[in-house]
Amino acid sequence: MKVLMFGWEFPPHMSGGLGTACLGMTRALVEDQVEVLFVMPGQPALLHQDRFVRFIAPEPPTARKHTETVPLDEKTTMRGVFVDSPLNPYQTASGYRNRQQTIKTGILSDLGTSGVASFVPYGSDLFSEVDRYARAAASLAGRETFDVIHSHDWMTVAAAIRAREVSGKRWIFHVHSLEPDRSGDGINRGIFDMERYGLTAADHIIAVSNYTRRRIIEYYGIPPEKITVVHNGVIGHDMPEEVAESGKAGQEKNVLFLGRITFQKGPDYFIEAAAEVLKRLPNVTFLMAGSGDMMTGMIEKVAEMGIGKHFHFTGFLRGEEVERIFRMSDLYVMPSISEPFGISPLEATRYGVPVILSRQSGVAEILHHCLLVDFWDVRDMADKMMALLCRKPLVQELKARAREELLRAGWKGAARKIEAVYTKMIN
Amino acid sequence: MPSICLFFQVHQPRRLRRYTIFDIDRHHDYDHEQLNTQVLRKVSEKCYLPVNQLLLDLLRRYEGDFRISFSLTGTLIDQLEIREQEVLESFQRLNETGYVEWLNETYDHSLASLYSPGEFREQVYRHRAKIEALFGQKAVTFCNTEMIYDNDIAQAAGELGYQVMLTEGADQVLAGWNSHVVWRSVSRPDLTVLLRDYRLSDDISFRFSATDWFEYPLTAKKYARWLNQHGGSAEVINLFMDYETFGEHQWRETGIFDFLRELPEEILKCPDLGFRTPSQIIPDPSSAPMLDVKETISWADSERDLTAWTGNGMQRDALQSLYQMEERVKKSGDEDVLRTWRMLQTSDHFYYMCTKWFADGDVHTYFNPWESPYDAYISYMNILDDFDRNLPK
Repeated sequence: MKVLMFGWEFPPHMSGGLGTACLGMTRALVEDQVEVLFVMPGQPALLHQDRFVRFIAPEPPTARKHTETVPLDEKTTMRGVFVDSPLNPYQTASGYRNRQQTIKTGILSDLGTSGVASFVPYGSDLFSEVDRYARAAASLAGRETFDVIHSHDWMTVAAAIRAREVSGKRWIFHVHSLEPDRSGDGINRGIFDMERYGLTAADHIIAVSNYTRRRIIEYYGIPPEKITVVHNGVIGHDMPEEVAESGKAGQEKNVLFLGRITFQKGPDYFIEAAAEVLKRLPNVTFLMAGSGDMMTGMIEKVAEMGIGKHFHFTGFLRGEEVERIFRMSDLYVMPSISEPFGISPLEATRYGVPVILSRQSGVAEILHHCLLVDFWDVRDMADKMMALLCRKPLVQELKARAREELLRAGWKGAARKIEAVYTKMIN
Repeated sequence: MPSICLFFQVHQPRRLRRYTIFDIDRHHDYDHEQLNTQVLRKVSEKCYLPVNQLLLDLLRRYEGDFRISFSLTGTLIDQLEIREQEVLESFQRLNETGYVEWLNETYDHSLASLYSPGEFREQVYRHRAKIEALFGQKAVTFCNTEMIYDNDIAQAAGELGYQVMLTEGADQVLAGWNSHVVWRSVSRPDLTVLLRDYRLSDDISFRFSATDWFEYPLTAKKYARWLNQHGGSAEVINLFMDYETFGEHQWRETGIFDFLRELPEEILKCPDLGFRTPSQIIPDPSSAPMLDVKETISWADSERDLTAWTGNGMQRDALQSLYQMEERVKKSGDEDVLRTWRMLQTSDHFYYMCTKWFADGDVHTYFNPWESPYDAYISYMNILDDFDRNLPK
């Protein structure tokens, strides 16, 4: 079985959970002898090699008829293709315009690497860029042979549809997040419409949670029988060595927020709950790891509330830094307003950090050994934070049980479900 | 001739409200009155009232050929007295037939037998007095909370004057024997012990409406045939279950009422079978095997041990914290404080903290008013903190 897969990001070139999910998913599929050709927008100059994914420098941008094909895995059954493009999965239309400016001036601070940027005549707005990506995809689909198309989130919709037209193969649209999740009430109509168009046009839909499935049915009017739920798994069952109790057991306790500091992630509720905790437990530090459009506002908010000295804003973290911050933390809180899945709580669990989760999240469907909150119920959140900071038997039980549960949440089972959808689509 | 011994446990806890750290020192209102009123109303309508009526008809019709036994917890009786007097009266009408035996247990359906011998005795005395006042019977049969039993508890029950005790026919204590013989306690040979046949009991209480069960549907005729098959070899078949099985766990729509209505007739058709209550079952002292239980058993879960209440660190923490207060509670001499402390002892509060099967959505989840065992623990511990602050030092 050979799959043409359209994605947006792949570790380490990523800013969120989608890349992590794609990595875990494709590895498990490849292990099951599924051939995966992974296509994603990329900034070729910024690519580098790592242990798992091999990238080969693509042709210079001027020659970009389309793309490069590179092996993404030693096994060669999976190849990666970069369509030269500055698309980024968590992008808003205005964000894209800003990025355009950044690229033109050669400043790529938000990409964080030492990459070299060269001026590339990208499409003038986000949508024309999506369209350019789609045209490249179409020509790729004409050259390659495959059995089915599998694409991730709205930016791949146009590409997948073109690929379907050219190849005549069926298309599965995998939904990791929706516009109302990312933007709340201030949704971008263009993106919403693109999503609805894709959801209506797709031959089948995979949703990352029942939560997301319900929203696809309610907000987009899609018939329920067209949607299969496949929960994300956790990469690798290797549990990191637990931090010795003494390492964390000092007087000072750390509470972690990890994620983009944006509306969707509910950072302001985290801060309000923290303020309640600090009234009773002064020896607590709140770590806010991540960046995003609300970061400045949040820094100002803690300053105004007079609790700034109990907060650390770390900025965007990657790789080992993420691991380090989990190891430093006594508690992880995900107060998201709407979280289609949310992979970080599973990561926290791997590091033996107990978790408080928003009820408005898909991951709560598979992680039961955690505490649930409504993101707006700040006092409930604060009470649960304090319980986890003060009551040892609670922490021990949660940690032990959540780890057991994590062992059952591998990608293997998820891959099997995806393969079943492939089989249904091919036959 | 094998005796069929039907026993029903009747209990409703006083569920606690969500109590956060912000409530401490602000109010001492622990009891989730609204929820408890609501549940009691529902269970009264679906189970207690209709099933009591059904049993009343049967007891009258068979004039002593059909007999049953009950234990009503003090926790339930207190609530019925305030909210559902009619239910209490319907139990009294059953009593008036003369074919009902009333058992004793811990008033507060607590785990005191494991944590405080003194408190255990006091609760049993209170329950004895209450049952006598309501039904005019001085109980001779004892059934500890959730059938919790071991040699020491048997000893304690014997000292309190009981002649019969009920517990679980747990595989780990049968040692090659079965539950169909009348046992005596190794620590108290004058104490008769009746062991529940959990397979036959659970056929009614758990499997009755399970459409994927190969015996589905279960009819009274079929069930009586199973009992009769044990024929000559059995002395007694003990069918112990929650009373709420009828109408609440198994809804009326499953046909459970018809099953119960037809059961006495089908059983009495078998000439070898007859109904007895626990105190009517007398062991043969020359042949009755001695029951030796060193590791405590109960009727909960497949383990039939204490892990449903004391299996994890949160449960043990909560229980220890609670029983450590005993001396100060009793020193306070305040009846309200004592009553609250006892309300907090009800075993259900600890059962709600059980994490064993939480993720599998099983029976623990079904009976649990909390979203998770962790939530149950957090609120409970906040309540204990508040309660502790108002005790004399």
